[in-house]
Amino acid sequence: MLTARELRCERGDRALFTDLNFALEAGTLLHVQGANGSGKTSLLRMLCGLTTPASGQILWDGDDIRELREDYASQLTYIGHHPAVKDDLSALENVCISQLLAGQPVSREQALEALAAVGLKNQANLPSRVLSQGQRRRVALARLWLCNKPLWVLDEPYNTLDVNAVVLLQRHIETHLGRGGMAVLTTHQEPGIAAKLVRTLRLSA
Amino acid sequence: MSKINWFKYSSPPAFYPLAGKMIPWFSIAAALLIAVGLYISFFVAPTDFQQGEAYRIIFVHVPAAWMSMFIYLIMAGYAALGLGLNARLSAMMASALAPTGAMFTFLALLTGSLWGKPMWGAWWVWDARLTSELILLFLYIGYIALQSAIDDRRRASRASAVFALVGVVNVPIIYFSVKWWNTLHQGASISMTKAPAMAHTMLLGMLMMALGFWMYSIAVVLMRVRCVILEREREAEWIRGEGK
Amino acid sequence: MGLLRRDLLLAARRSSDVVSVLFFFIIAASLFPLGVGADPALLRAVAPGVLWVAALLSTMLSLGRLFAADLADGTLEQMLLSPQPLVMTVAIKTLAHWLVSGVPLVFLAPVLGLQFDLAGREIAVLTVSLLLGTPVLSLIGAIGAALTLGVRGGNVLVAVLVLPLYIPVLIFGAGAVTASAAGLNAQAGLSLVGAMLALSVVFAPYAAAAALRIAME
Repeated sequence: MLTARELRCERGDRALFTDLNFALEAGTLLHVQGANGSGKTSLLRMLCGLTTPASGQILWDGDDIRELREDYASQLTYIGHHPAVKDDLSALENVCISQLLAGQPVSREQALEALAAVGLKNQANLPSRVLSQGQRRRVALARLWLCNKPLWVLDEPYNTLDVNAVVLLQRHIETHLGRGGMAVLTTHQEPGIAAKLVRTLRLSA
Repeated sequence: MSKINWFKYSSPPAFYPLAGKMIPWFSIAAALLIAVGLYISFFVAPTDFQQGEAYRIIFVHVPAAWMSMFIYLIMAGYAALGLGLNARLSAMMASALAPTGAMFTFLALLTGSLWGKPMWGAWWVWDARLTSELILLFLYIGYIALQSAIDDRRRASRASAVFALVGVVNVPIIYFSVKWWNTLHQGASISMTKAPAMAHTMLLGMLMMALGFWMYSIAVVLMRVRCVILEREREAEWIRGEGK
Repeated sequence: MGLLRRDLLLAARRSSDVVSVLFFFIIAASLFPLGVGADPALLRAVAPGVLWVAALLSTMLSLGRLFAADLADGTLEQMLLSPQPLVMTVAIKTLAHWLVSGVPLVFLAPVLGLQFDLAGREIAVLTVSLLLGTPVLSLIGAIGAALTLGVRGGNVLVAVLVLPLYIPVLIFGAGAVTASAAGLNAQAGLSLVGAMLALSVVFAPYAAAAALRIAME
């Protein structure tokens, strides 16, 4: 269970949001909405533990994530704005190194399977610089078919994806939620997940 | 008599008026001590039979050098507090100390140069202490440059705090290496540490000047930190809101 | 594939970045004889300092590569979230940086030493001093690179921060060669470089990791 208490985010001298509270249970998705610049990405980065909020707490199963540190980080998969895909490595190499960094190394075969699942089987050995933006995002998302972390934090995951890929990802997220996983995502579109599984959080600028 | 809770002064709104009250006292102390020190330096201390009148610049040079090192240590201390305890006021103090420290370093270099010219005929000598002062100036400049280059204030103070701490650990190493370098390359035995044998009055003069510089530093740093507080806290309630 | 292998692979696939820094080393060192004249005795005397300063400056130029690319494409964030301690990640990346940017300097140094008419023994001391000293440059440089990550004007700022911290290694490294040329024992200087290496290996990655976290907040 992921809980946020009285979170406050400041950028420069302004407060982006204050007194933010939510509680996210297993099997649910938190859809963070808000206009551009309202702090959606900042919130997600706080939830990952990358940034410290100006005030407030984030709790994972009752423990402050600042105390859990690596123990908490190992429970989540974060896919941010930048897909963490290196141009000079092939799609396959990118998946392997991402998994290694996440602490769950995979074999070439498993990586290939994941790439096939996101529709990139034929592009696995091409240098990522020749892939389109959408394909690169799919390389990043391939991690979600390999990792089994309980919490997924996804910043604009549908960005640059075509319709088929979006549907693929939505079904995969639903499967994850069905297994008791949690997710937090931001998107301007509709999340496309069954409504009873979705909680909405609106950030006003 | 009730116990004073010193911790309450660690918040900027409480410290601001306290600092304001302290400034005049330290300014007066500084003015007095420096006046006495200069009087002793110029009129009371005897003429050195080796170096003549020119040596009197030592009364500014040595205390300035002391202050430059001392302030760096204090600055690093506040930086560490700001970093470790997340204390805003400590971070502000570190930022406020840097320009004064840099000024004293520059003053030490300038007076060292002015001393060197009549002594050894050169505007600059690469002796161990002067060279170390120069490197210390670089460290101050790096600290100030890093802070001003980073837009996000929190990151600016934390990053420069790390740099100040790395610097403070390196200062003894740098000093040692410069001395080693000096002995390695030395033909000339130029050394500013070979100051004239200290008469009592000379020591007294230097001490007065050092204390005067110290009072001056406190006064100026308090003034500067008040400006820093106003600038950094300008969105805060106690400045924007109604007065008490 | 490990992180070390990844960094080495990336450097190999972008070899132009790496090679141009090496050429800088050669060109910068060659500027000095052009500036001070070709008197062999003079060149022999300034060679240790000149070659060491050229090595410092080349390392400085290559520091931008250390974290900037990973910052830009989001890999650095993933490294912060990795179960592998950030200190370890930083240490491995610094090692990769040294292997790619420092070791070639060690190999080039004897060749440039000949250009300055250094004697064989001095060339040997110079090579060892650079072998021990270039890792220190990468380690301390990593702190500077992390502090200035993403800051505008970062390249020049790194120089302002890191060059004063390089001064002890410069003094000990070049001093060892000068001592050897003067008939003294080079051991003192080389041991001091070794001591700097030991200190930086232990402490620098922690400072760099702290700086990295601060930069990413």
